[in-house]
Amino acid sequence: MSGHAPLTRVSSRAMPLDIDSIDTDVITPMPRVMDGTYVEHAFEPLRFEDDGRPKPDDPFADARFTGAEILVTGANFGCGSSRETAVWAIKGMGYRVVIAESFGDIFSSNCFKNGVLALRLPRDDVRRLLAQAQSGEVVTIDLDDMLVTTSGGLSIPFQLPELRRTALREGLDDLDVTLRMADLIEDFAAEHLAQRPWVLPKADERHYQA
Amino acid sequence: MRTMFEKVWADHVVTSLSADTDLVWIDRHFTHDLSGPFSMRSLEKRGLACRHPELTFALPDHGVSTSPARTDASTPASAKMLPVFRRTTSALGIRLFDLDDKYQGIVHVVGPELGLTLPGMFVVCGDSHTCTQGGVGAVAWGIGNTEVTQVLATQALNVQRPAPMLIRIDGELAAHVSAKDVILHLIARQGADGGSGHAIEYGGSTVRDMSVEARLTLCNLTAEFGAAMGLVAPDDATFSYLEDRPYSPTGSRWTAAVEYWRSLSSDADAMFARTIDVDATAVAPQVSWGTSPAHTIPVDGIVPDPADAPDSATARVWMAALAYMDLRPGQPIEGLPVQHVFIGSCTNSRLEDLESAAAVVRGARVADGVRAWVVPGSQSVKRQAERRGLDEVFTAAGFAWREPGCSMCMSMNGDIVPPGERSISTSNRNFVGRQGTAARTHLASPETAAASALTGTITDVRRVAGRTG
Repeated sequence: MSGHAPLTRVSSRAMPLDIDSIDTDVITPMPRVMDGTYVEHAFEPLRFEDDGRPKPDDPFADARFTGAEILVTGANFGCGSSRETAVWAIKGMGYRVVIAESFGDIFSSNCFKNGVLALRLPRDDVRRLLAQAQSGEVVTIDLDDMLVTTSGGLSIPFQLPELRRTALREGLDDLDVTLRMADLIEDFAAEHLAQRPWVLPKADERHYQA
Repeated sequence: MRTMFEKVWADHVVTSLSADTDLVWIDRHFTHDLSGPFSMRSLEKRGLACRHPELTFALPDHGVSTSPARTDASTPASAKMLPVFRRTTSALGIRLFDLDDKYQGIVHVVGPELGLTLPGMFVVCGDSHTCTQGGVGAVAWGIGNTEVTQVLATQALNVQRPAPMLIRIDGELAAHVSAKDVILHLIARQGADGGSGHAIEYGGSTVRDMSVEARLTLCNLTAEFGAAMGLVAPDDATFSYLEDRPYSPTGSRWTAAVEYWRSLSSDADAMFARTIDVDATAVAPQVSWGTSPAHTIPVDGIVPDPADAPDSATARVWMAALAYMDLRPGQPIEGLPVQHVFIGSCTNSRLEDLESAAAVVRGARVADGVRAWVVPGSQSVKRQAERRGLDEVFTAAGFAWREPGCSMCMSMNGDIVPPGERSISTSNRNFVGRQGTAARTHLASPETAAASALTGTITDVRRVAGRTG
């Protein structure tokens, strides 16, 4: 068993990262996936020069956003590689919610598998949130009321698939849930494979000897 | 009244979990040396068995060396990952096509070519380019590590149902324009998130006329269009491609399978959530200029000006991309010097890709100062190419002829482009740092990459390939 910390309400300053199409190679570059330092070096190309010196415009350097649990960012966030390290890095940095106009589909799915809320909002709402985040307003995401509110007076209702909402609120682990349905899955498989016997791979030995 | 995607989906629903999410059965799972070992160790740590090892196939491709006479020790990545990969696959009873196997290669090249991936199957792999395998009519998509563990343990996944989208491509492609150019053209026009939340079906006369290998290339860049799943309905071309493959069904099983596969095509009156039309006759050879596959222009086009961007967010992304790529607005992309040429990856490393590139380089020489590589997608591709003498065409021209693997597509194995240097690459991602820190990548077709190798600059293949038609 390995559930996630339940997520019902998150309230903190929000880190504004106003860049479109940040891909998972930028979030966790392959050398950092390989050496295991992908949390410390998350977003490395945005934060460091190629020679390792900190960039003067490192968006994460602003001390006002230390400890922020919400990341507000541009469209198509997390596009590219399916590497789950991208989600682990963001979670490791302390973020529990990522808000964007759109996400890479696999990244979004990976977020929910790790108890991180990938929240898709209309472009205009994201623009307004980015502005408020930049001014240091506190942003609150509430999964009971299904509202994003800010200390600056914004109130944005949102929707979430019921199953994902429940999983986040209860900290459910998908694998545990699926394991409980093992008998159902096996019953399905027996019928599915009986109707489609070609799905069970059978090597033709003639080809192996060719 | 149903799309192909909806028909195949319905055939895999174990149980419905909510209005938009189903628990679905997985017919085939592929695993590789980067995503596999982690999930297999997670399974072990939780004390779980692999429920259906006979439905999982393992191939080392991401971290392996592509040097001749390679071993585990040839790269730090394979020295670290392959022993774990071997131990875990063996412990779980999973068939591994190891480094020395006659069928080793890139997962998405090997699946279809061995007949392991078949139409109407649900296929997953811990790799975003799993959508490639939709080219034979499978519903195939990339998953994360947590989901890989879930598939190993249960052979099922809870998945939110994407909405079906039709990309209808009609018309005849001009000479030297390939499936790669068509899909880059689409992404450039519709954006890198144009397919987000959708399952894509590629249809229309152009797709019907494409070979299966071209369809695999088309589906490969579905990931760069923001969608996880992309497919082409199976037809006679698919069936003749798959017949007699090593793992394809035979005899009465084959006959029954084909009958089922024929029933999967979208109905004439099927409703798609969205349809996009593409005029194939208007597509020219494409080259990317920036750091997203959406940053793509025709090879005879000019680098765009951020002042012309549709909005300020895009303008800022373009400015950063121009700086990273060391380009200026208004500059022609053609004629830009390249130091590296990479023909390979799950996008463009199949026999037809290598044949089309070889037709361009035959009898010519790679320009001085250019490192040009051909990395076949699999041992099977490599053998077939060698039987046709393509290896000699490439090596006589000055290309290196390598062993199969992902290689310079993502450079995990140390096949990198050095900082500040420029490559033209048949792979699928021109992201910052993808081919190495500060490497500058231009995506293109095999023919365009081959033509550029000969001149040492980004080249319009239509200029140099007149003699090959």
